[in-house]
Amino acid sequence: MPTTIYSLLVASIFTSFVIITLSGAVMAVVTRRLVRSVCGLALSFLGLAGLYYFLHSPFLALMQILIYVGAICITIMFAMMLTDPHDQPVSHGRGFLREAASLLVAGLLATGLIALLGRATWMQSNTLVRSDTLQELGRVLLFRYGFAFELISVVLLLAILGALVVARSGRGSKS
Amino acid sequence: MNFIHWSEQLNVYLVIGALLFAIGFFGFFRHQTLVGMLISGELILAGAALNFLAFGRFQPANAVTGQTFALFIIGIAAAEAAIVLSIMIAVYRHYRSIETRDLKDLEG
Repeated sequence: MPTTIYSLLVASIFTSFVIITLSGAVMAVVTRRLVRSVCGLALSFLGLAGLYYFLHSPFLALMQILIYVGAICITIMFAMMLTDPHDQPVSHGRGFLREAASLLVAGLLATGLIALLGRATWMQSNTLVRSDTLQELGRVLLFRYGFAFELISVVLLLAILGALVVARSGRGSKS
Repeated sequence: MNFIHWSEQLNVYLVIGALLFAIGFFGFFRHQTLVGMLISGELILAGAALNFLAFGRFQPANAVTGQTFALFIIGIAAAEAAIVLSIMIAVYRHYRSIETRDLKDLEG
């Protein structure tokens, strides 16, 4: 009997993570105020970190919270503070038409993808999956994917330098 | 397919990833500012990373391949966010607005 209660608890936690993820994503997309949109994004990423934990990758869950919720959402907040954006209220006519069209296309995309998933059959794999893969992850990052790892760090360095150059370039000529 | 065993099923995760992708796609066309489009793009990338992790968990060729690719996706998304932030600031300096309808002329 305790096993049933335990699995029921796990299932309800999983379901709440799914609900948090999807409702946060919907909130990020539907609202008109961009601050709420960023908050929905952070909520969605928190739920997604929980899903990563269920997928036996606690390190990725931690990185998701650290990088996405901690860094990227704050970066987007900074962008909003520096640029003062506001979405216009939807006007009837063209704006409404565009909303309906994008809703139609996204709905078609979702139903198509889910229908494809329903028809697919996956191979059964019998590799053992453990949840304590952090050491192996570090080893793989430095040996097998070492070149890609170094390339990512070069990309990040160039992104920082490029961001500085692009954001600074107009400043001298204006004043 | 039982409610209890949902967290052990590959298809559940793939459906969540597909829904995240579709929601991000919808937002990408719906939002009228560059910030909103950036947020929707992050949702699309998150759906892709969830797919990688789900396949890495349930169809593993190797125990950590899915996690490695998800880490790379996170790194690329961080670089993309930094670049898009600087582009938004540069665009705002030119046009005093980052709404997509105002960004019409190519010459600055």
